[in-house]
Amino acid sequence: MRSRGLAIAPVGVVALFLLAPVIAVLIAGIRPESLHVVMESRTWRIVGFTALQALLSTVVSVALALPATYALHRLRLRLRRLTLAVLTVPFVLPTVVVGLAFRALLPDSLNGTLTAIILAHAFFNIGLVVRVVGGVWSRLDGRMQDVARTLGMSPFNVFRRVTLPYLRPAILASTALVAMFTFTSFGVILVLGSPAQPTIEVEIYRRTTQILDLPAAAGLALVQLIIVVVALIWSAVLQRRTVMRMRQSSAPPLPVSNKCDRLCIIWTYVLALALTLPVLSLILRSLRAGNQWSLQWYQQITAPSAGTTRDIGAFSIVTTSLRYAALATLLAVVLGVLGAMAVQLATRRGVTLETTLLLPLGVSAVTIGFGLLLMSIHGPVDLRGWTLLVPLGQSLVAAPLVMMLLLPILRSIDPRLRYVATTLGAGPLKAWWAVDGRLIGRATVGAAGLACAVSLGEFGATAFLARVDEPTIPLQIVRLLGRPGEANFGSATAFAVVLLAITAVVLTATDRGRTQW
Amino acid sequence: MVNGLEVFDLCVTYEGESLLSQLTVHVGDEIVALLGPSGSGKSTLLRCIAGVQQPDSGRITWNGVDLLAVPAHQRSIGLVFQDPLLFPHLTVGRNIAFGTKDDSRVAELLSLIRMPGYTDRKPETLSGGEAQRVALARALAPQPRMLLLDEPFGALDTDLRRSLTAEVRDLLKSTNTPAIHVTHDEDEAYAIADRVVHLADLQRSSAS
Repeated sequence: MRSRGLAIAPVGVVALFLLAPVIAVLIAGIRPESLHVVMESRTWRIVGFTALQALLSTVVSVALALPATYALHRLRLRLRRLTLAVLTVPFVLPTVVVGLAFRALLPDSLNGTLTAIILAHAFFNIGLVVRVVGGVWSRLDGRMQDVARTLGMSPFNVFRRVTLPYLRPAILASTALVAMFTFTSFGVILVLGSPAQPTIEVEIYRRTTQILDLPAAAGLALVQLIIVVVALIWSAVLQRRTVMRMRQSSAPPLPVSNKCDRLCIIWTYVLALALTLPVLSLILRSLRAGNQWSLQWYQQITAPSAGTTRDIGAFSIVTTSLRYAALATLLAVVLGVLGAMAVQLATRRGVTLETTLLLPLGVSAVTIGFGLLLMSIHGPVDLRGWTLLVPLGQSLVAAPLVMMLLLPILRSIDPRLRYVATTLGAGPLKAWWAVDGRLIGRATVGAAGLACAVSLGEFGATAFLARVDEPTIPLQIVRLLGRPGEANFGSATAFAVVLLAITAVVLTATDRGRTQW
Repeated sequence: MVNGLEVFDLCVTYEGESLLSQLTVHVGDEIVALLGPSGSGKSTLLRCIAGVQQPDSGRITWNGVDLLAVPAHQRSIGLVFQDPLLFPHLTVGRNIAFGTKDDSRVAELLSLIRMPGYTDRKPETLSGGEAQRVALARALAPQPRMLLLDEPFGALDTDLRRSLTAEVRDLLKSTNTPAIHVTHDEDEAYAIADRVVHLADLQRSSAS
């Protein structure tokens, strides 16, 4: 009981931080001049397109991922770790870099099309499906399927009547996550989509930064928030209804036995190869100027005054990005650790907070950035241009991910370990540190790395909060892409490669704490 | 022609290690108990007979007809494991009916295992012994030509084991189902079977 009381304080702090921007959007969005936007038919065309691209992206991601999930988690596969890494790394890559990479990869005829958006979203989310569904699939007791076979079920019917019911909750959960991420996707669509066909996020951004119509933007943000919350509740209800506990085992992977298995393995390798193409073509493109190999674009971004653009030098942009990301990481880890501990303490006997936990993931980066912007305008003090605003926004985007990473680890700690520590003479605090602290400590390093990578590449919130004279790398990429000409495109690719390199270093350095993910 | 199951010269290797070597056994219209220490390949033999695993070489026939070419779901050979492995998303009744189109068999089998009225129960509400009896009923429902029991009482306590041993023998005899019963408990083997064999005696090269 005392632990429940203790949990309230951190929950309150985390909730206040995460919910403040949402509340700001709610207050601004509920005004008549904001709600007016709901009446416009243009708004519903935009909502329709947002939902359509999210639906198609989700279906394509899940469909492409499932055969690979099977091969990676049920069959013996050569180069399994490498293949799994190639499939899952895209999830943490910066959105605008991925958008740009697909522009470098795809022919011009696909530029700005729905197809391009769907492909880029699949690139991002295949790893998510593989992880979520694979975690469950690998623990399915193969003897369950053997029993079904001996009861006269053909392999196809075994899949339909035993395997699929077992996987359904995991498939639904990953589908809900992908749908949520693609519905609120911003960076990819801004870079890759057509200006004539915006999504809700892009329209909020356009109305805020270009038309300066804040009330309409708030109305749109409110509409988006309502749709996300309703969808979240619906998916939670759907998942609760199909929850099923099946015998779990760590069955050894099966040797390849039939044609279907072989096809799944080939498919997995093909998919992994395909997923390396966007980044490869981005790197190649950054090294091509005119029709020859050159480092011209890299020289141009480090000495911008020499070129046609009057821009801030790459060095200062990189420094700004790193400074913001460091602050954001610190804040995200504090919020994430507190949040995870609070949820763990509060839900030791139930699962009530699970959905509440998903909510911050569902709140889009644009809502966070826009909400903070509204707060800084309408709050008691005008905070626009405040240096801490950008890292604050980035940390609110990253904190839920930190929480997601730490929660399973907190849950998996056997309480008996703590009792053992206590019987060995450790006080309660010392026992907590000896058991939980050590384990969380390692995971926190991994989570911090992820938070840092996310903050470095963060675009949605940053776009609303950064000062014009202090852009981060993703902002600079989008700014360059907004200008015509090969020189600007080339500079953008060079910046994107720099950001990729920094992200890779951060993720590699902290990899050991993240072996779970 | 030989009646019933004939396994001839069966060899299985796993990751380079020989698990079964040149195993030969014949099971007619009878209950055979198969004894052997754990890890000796008893389960592997049953998996090969049931068709959920392929041997490296050798022959398995039924009434002289090759079984190895027949996929598991067409062999009509039932398999019961140490764990009941009931399908958790289905009721007891649906579990029993899983392998048969004839729903009327459900009530009949439930009364045979002395669990009438359990039709709509969920598997997670059953005790260990009850769940194992349902697993047995499920395996018998499609009227298999043979039942393979892989230490079916291994997870149960001694008293329950003793009473179930008698019950299963009656069940197999009343449904006229030949069976191979794998165990490492000699008392259990003699209580349930018409004939007891040791796995080591069935293999040519590892008999020493």
